Amino acid sequence: MAQFRVCPDSGFYFDKSAESLMKANAVAGAVSLLIAGILALGVILTRWQEIHLLPADVFYQALTGHGINALIFWIIFFEMAILYFASSTLLRTRLAAPRWAWAGFALMIIGMVMNNIAVLQGNSSVMMTSYAPMQAEPHFYLGLILFAVGALIGCFVFLGTLVIAKDDRTYEGSIPLVTFGALTACIIAIFTIACGAIILVPTFLWSIGYIGHIDAAMYRVIWWGLGHSSQQINVAAHVSVWYLIVGVLFNARPMSEKVSRSAFLLYILFLQLASAHHILVDPGISSEWKVFNTSYAMYLAVLASMIHGLTVPGSMEVAQRAKGLTKGMFEWLRKAPWGNPVFSGFFFSLLIFGFLGGITGVVMGTEQINIIIHNTIYVPAHFHATVAVGTTLTFMALTYLLIPVLFRRALFLPWVAKWQPYVFSAGMTLMILFMLGAGTLGVSRRHWDMDFTGAMLGFEYPGTAYTMMTVAGIGGVLGVLGGAMYLVVTVGSLLFGKKLDASAGLFQGFGVPLAASVYNVSQPERLPMAPKLAVEEHGSAGFEAPGTFALAMALLICFVVYYFINWDYLASVWPLS
Amino acid sequence: MSSFLPPSERNWWSTPVGKQEVIWIGIALVWCLIMFLMMPYWHIYGKQNLSNEAYQTTPERFQSRVDEMVTQYKVGEQAGIPIVKPPAGSDVYMLGRLWQWYPILELEKDQSYRLHLSSMDWNHGFSLQPVNINLQIIPGYEMVITVAPDKAGEFTVVCNEFCGIGHHLMLGKIFVREN
Repeated sequence: MAQFRVCPDSGFYFDKSAESLMKANAVAGAVSLLIAGILALGVILTRWQEIHLLPADVFYQALTGHGINALIFWIIFFEMAILYFASSTLLRTRLAAPRWAWAGFALMIIGMVMNNIAVLQGNSSVMMTSYAPMQAEPHFYLGLILFAVGALIGCFVFLGTLVIAKDDRTYEGSIPLVTFGALTACIIAIFTIACGAIILVPTFLWSIGYIGHIDAAMYRVIWWGLGHSSQQINVAAHVSVWYLIVGVLFNARPMSEKVSRSAFLLYILFLQLASAHHILVDPGISSEWKVFNTSYAMYLAVLASMIHGLTVPGSMEVAQRAKGLTKGMFEWLRKAPWGNPVFSGFFFSLLIFGFLGGITGVVMGTEQINIIIHNTIYVPAHFHATVAVGTTLTFMALTYLLIPVLFRRALFLPWVAKWQPYVFSAGMTLMILFMLGAGTLGVSRRHWDMDFTGAMLGFEYPGTAYTMMTVAGIGGVLGVLGGAMYLVVTVGSLLFGKKLDASAGLFQGFGVPLAASVYNVSQPERLPMAPKLAVEEHGSAGFEAPGTFALAMALLICFVVYYFINWDYLASVWPLS
Repeated sequence: MSSFLPPSERNWWSTPVGKQEVIWIGIALVWCLIMFLMMPYWHIYGKQNLSNEAYQTTPERFQSRVDEMVTQYKVGEQAGIPIVKPPAGSDVYMLGRLWQWYPILELEKDQSYRLHLSSMDWNHGFSLQPVNINLQIIPGYEMVITVAPDKAGEFTVVCNEFCGIGHHLMLGKIFVREN
């Protein structure tokens, strides 16, 4: 018989086994983030040319480890916790097959450790993308495969939990929007892991000698089915978390269930095809295919993100206006809880994801414009805006919510937590902007030495490029500091944070459940539908959320201007045909 | 509290959508369509497009083409690498290998050349600086693009796809001369 506890502060129900799994996954994610952050410092201090800290081999090793731990391990562990939360907790149901979920978790841990050992041993510095025919040690690939299998099991546990909730009628009507978003992430994850299996299993067999040849172009096409789609899992997951956070903090309801859910559906239908934009300057792929896959497929997914970009802050604005914050365009935003890291983390991630990550992503994903951007440091600048700020900062904000709710601890050093989103966002924004600039000047990504010391033929980048990399370095260090602040608060809270009521006792490390007496509810009551709100007009000019609309128009103007600036820049390079 | 509760209307699909969302979706959709149309527009009116011409090849076959061109049109040497000046309008070859672009090309301004690129071993990145043209070079595939340098000077090919420990040593040169 499943046992539940009710969080006395939030009213969330936690199934005993789901709760332990969420904790275990969140902690494993934080450990991965710690590794990624330490390596990030090595990478950034090497690319800061005046410091140039690491020797070449260690730099490439650190860069490989940083990419895999940050982009794969940290995020997917945390997403597993979100899947269990969005299914079991939000639907007040027991988790399906908890033993399978633990088996999946164990595989993920084994995979993560195995892969990190391979990178640490030094013969697998092949970058996260591990493009064949450059070869890593077999256990590098095997680690990734085991990790993916574990994550796949987690996805099926999530789906099974949805089925149980439906069978047991634990809720009325449709599943909540947040769960719908998590379901989107889960479906994309299954597609992604399938692509990963198609390419990584043969590559593993090739690395142990069973397969003679892996076609380098095919590897890139299929690998990006894994590589980019996995970032779409992140988008779906962090947008769901945005909806969750505005729901918890502001009692916000979606402006329209239909619009928000349709936007998630667009992700499922079109996002995974967008992996085409990684191979826009590859030989052997036709323009028609590129244009189709970047525009038809990608722009409908872009449309979906633009919709969420309006409806997430819009729903917050509507809720705030309903509380009487109706003065002018932006009182709702001015009087938001800026000192609460759950809010500030969420809002900065929304802004930076949209203004920096979103715009640059579409620009460089344009078939011809990609010629002036491919493999320059512009590319990591883009995905640090989407993943390191968009996803990671959102998950950080969620952590501040979960520490009291899930772990039943008060925040350790709350003033550090309060400033953490500011420090992290400021540092990352600085780094991103100046890396974008350096990329426009042609500075290469994944490159140890922009001085080309020892090369037979020389080349010098313009002085501005060096200045930009230095400022990016300062921003990066500040970003790492922000990451460290997060880990100090998180780890500190789990170890030293004041224990909150109702769990009075036995948190003994991850995976260990709370005292048995806490789980006093064995079958939670059915989850009612959201209460109906009387429709009231709080906005102006018939708009429910005029402030958000103004922000959205500002985004659009930046987008349009920046898009055409890049076409103009493209027009100045050598004619190609 | 409703984004994480089941929707209050059982039939949420038929709840009317607010004016603001409809307008925004309309604007965003139009913008997405404009961005889509820019790509075919540029294929017709723009001057920077990649060709769809590519062939499967082998390192040996490509190497022999390069060697043929080098013996025929070699005009000098720099740092042990031959400088080659093929006639305007002809097929010119450059290969990437650990860790070198080979050979050095000498081209004439405002003439067009069919540039063939391939790799002998791993993935490489052809990054022409300071113009900033970036192409992915893949072993086993021969990419052909027509280039028409419109500025004279010395240009450098940086490798911008990670190719091992000597990645930062991998530079090539293209000289463009006034005719």
